Amino acid sequence: MGVIPWVSWYALRRYSAYPLGSMAEAVTNTFFGVMRASVLLALWHARPGLGGYDAADAVTFSFLTQALIGPVQIFGGMELGQRIRTGDVAIDLHRPVDLQAWWLADDIGRATSTLLLRGVPPMLVGGLLFTLHWPGPGAAAAFAVSVVLAVLLSFALRYLVTLAMFWLHDERGIQAVALVLSLFLSGMIVPLVAFPGGIGDVARALPWSGLVQVPADVYLGHRTGGGLAAALGFQAAWAAGLLAAGRVLTRAAERRLEAQGG
Amino acid sequence: MIEMTDVTKTFTLRRRTGRRLRRERTVVRAVDGVSFSVERGEFLGYLGPNGAGKSTTIKMLTGILTPTSGRVRVAGLDPSRARTALARRIGVVFGQRTTLWWDLPLRDSLTLVRRLYRVEERAYRTRLDELTALLELEPFLATPVRQLSLGQRMRGDLAAALLHDPELLVLDEPTIGLDVVSKATVRGFLARLNAERGTTILLTTHDLGDIERLCRRVMIIDHGRAAFDGDLGALRRAAGADRQLVVELAAPAPPIDLDGVPVITVEGPRQTLRLPDGANAASVVAALAARHEVRDIALRETGIEEIVARLYRGDQEISAPATS
Amino acid sequence: MASADTAPGIAARGTRAVSTYCLLAWTWIRAAAQYPVSITLLALGTALTAGLDVAGIMVLFSRTPRIAGFSAAEVLFLYGTSALAFSVSDILLGTTERLGEHVREGTLDALLVRPVSPLIQIATEDFTPRRFGRIVPPVLVLALAIPRLGVAWTPGRVAMVPLMLASGTVIFGGVWVLCAAVQFVLLNSHGATKALTYGGATLTQYPMTVFARDFVRGVTFVVPLAFVNWEPALYVLGRPDPLNLPGWTRFASPVVGAVVCAVAAVAWRGGLRHYRSTGN
Repeated sequence: MGVIPWVSWYALRRYSAYPLGSMAEAVTNTFFGVMRASVLLALWHARPGLGGYDAADAVTFSFLTQALIGPVQIFGGMELGQRIRTGDVAIDLHRPVDLQAWWLADDIGRATSTLLLRGVPPMLVGGLLFTLHWPGPGAAAAFAVSVVLAVLLSFALRYLVTLAMFWLHDERGIQAVALVLSLFLSGMIVPLVAFPGGIGDVARALPWSGLVQVPADVYLGHRTGGGLAAALGFQAAWAAGLLAAGRVLTRAAERRLEAQGG
Repeated sequence: MIEMTDVTKTFTLRRRTGRRLRRERTVVRAVDGVSFSVERGEFLGYLGPNGAGKSTTIKMLTGILTPTSGRVRVAGLDPSRARTALARRIGVVFGQRTTLWWDLPLRDSLTLVRRLYRVEERAYRTRLDELTALLELEPFLATPVRQLSLGQRMRGDLAAALLHDPELLVLDEPTIGLDVVSKATVRGFLARLNAERGTTILLTTHDLGDIERLCRRVMIIDHGRAAFDGDLGALRRAAGADRQLVVELAAPAPPIDLDGVPVITVEGPRQTLRLPDGANAASVVAALAARHEVRDIALRETGIEEIVARLYRGDQEISAPATS
Repeated sequence: MASADTAPGIAARGTRAVSTYCLLAWTWIRAAAQYPVSITLLALGTALTAGLDVAGIMVLFSRTPRIAGFSAAEVLFLYGTSALAFSVSDILLGTTERLGEHVREGTLDALLVRPVSPLIQIATEDFTPRRFGRIVPPVLVLALAIPRLGVAWTPGRVAMVPLMLASGTVIFGGVWVLCAAVQFVLLNSHGATKALTYGGATLTQYPMTVFARDFVRGVTFVVPLAFVNWEPALYVLGRPDPLNLPGWTRFASPVVGAVVCAVAAVAWRGGLRHYRSTGN
């Protein structure tokens, strides 16, 4: 096994080592799923067919967002931040493995583990309590691709925020801003289809919509044919662009570290 | 100051066995019928291998853990019932982890401790000045605790534990991981604290240097049971540690025949004799020099490391004679 | 110092606990205040994050004038009372959710050798003015929503608003301590008890008519979150109770708060006793 697959595999095992903690998180995710579903049901009761969703779509959306919280780590942060704070990152940069590739591999392992441990329970419970929309084989396959792209996109965004710590005295400010953007513009709090007019259009063009709203649309079968290709292309393009930005920032961080003699 | 009578502490461990989710319960007797008492002003070293029950004893003395059975009294109080009242009268330092706050500068950490113990502002100032001088805290009072070296942090922890002027100081491995200079500072400080202020001190340690340098009395615990309690000399005797005289003669000779001083080994001109308890080394040397042509002579004592190693190997060896 | 060793009355002990809490919190605030700019910005950031829930509610009402029979002003009133009560309880006791971490890392022992309740020590830990950012959105929302409720402000209704805020804070405070106490026994429960704390905060921001009846029964009788603001709000808004509970339940919040706190206190003591008999 090459080192990069090994990093993923190791992260998958590491994040699965305490399944009880993850299951506990899944309880909270499920509870929030029930609440959000109820609120959206009330809205769709008042406005049937809002944004092209029916009531079952809205309920399914609520549980999907909860299932995706873990994999796309909507609340932000990554372990690399701790290593930058302590200066251990200097050791990472001296390894013959690319820093970004290493942490991306780690994040894929983490996302896989949380998808299984924290993603499945909310969907199952949601299916027991409400009428959920279940995808056909085509939509399921497209959804799988979309989730992978969402994880890449989430990593790319968080990597940029984390690397900003090389230049910032106190990183908590940028973390707070990143959190607000990620929660609101991903569709986590209210689906973007329910956003009024222009705000909704802007939100849907920004990368955060690729974290939750786009995978949910794909799951619900609202994107098919050319629309599906456009949706996946949208996620892939943002992911590629932001990962490239991450590479540039990694080089800059290396130079900065060398200049400091650290 | 401390009184422990027949104290036992058992834990139930649940362990996952193998890959399956089945769990196995085992009862561990961390402390198994330990009794001892410490008088005011004593300096007691509490020694034992990892997992012997040292920390559990400390936790029962300070009220963190409730004993399973037996009687504990510290400063006349039952620690498990009067934990907070006791806390005002004792100081506790954990060598492995700090009781200070990572993100706060040391000075702010000490201010918090002052609030916790409600030390009067005036008394606090005097005490802080005193401790700052003795522990040389001045250079890093403004530094956040997370940036302190281990030695600096330990000195900070000592100051925090002593701000309220406790009658008893309990230290759990205070010198673990410290560099030579910090160790010397800490030991010197503890010795002075005990001698000048009369603070009773109990310390657990792995470092026998601590014991040799500081403790008049040693207690050894192993497998939850007290294996030894006495002063250093008694420990040497109990362990069968003896004093040996290594004599280098001018030429190889038959074993030296000296009354009551048996020869242990003969290696060419070098002979090793065992000095019995209470024998006067000077008179033995004089008698030797009168009868033989002696080129060199050396008195050797068994090191405390070796004594303790022997004790740890098994109880039975404590009373058995040394065989070296 | 000597008075601590004699057993003081409950009132004296309570006063002492409060004064110790304030002293410790003040010491933390002073330590944080050395970086005033950073603190102000972070408080703003906290306020912004806390305001997201309002933004969500505003989005809903941009699409419909009523949700589950309630107007925007009424839902914002529920949001404001719930969020203000929760934020204050969070400021005062939110850090108790770190109890499991303290147990795992062995730092709880260091708290137990000090002459102050470990609960107060954990609750005041890292107390920073930044946390006050959280009360900004609910205060603003209440200031805007209350005049738009369109109810006849009888003295009873006027008095009910501060009373429900106080009881809501007490109930949430009890829930924080209860959830912390569970962590003494179930070290990994923190992820799940968040459903009660943060989940409870979100739940009470909406009218209970949004939720299924059995769900509402659960949060009325099992974990009495409905008494944080829902029951008293029905009185303030002059609405009938969809669960048809007797009229006095509208005024039961203070009593419920006292009961929750009593349960939490018993649980905390039990948890601490468990820890002290098993160690870690």
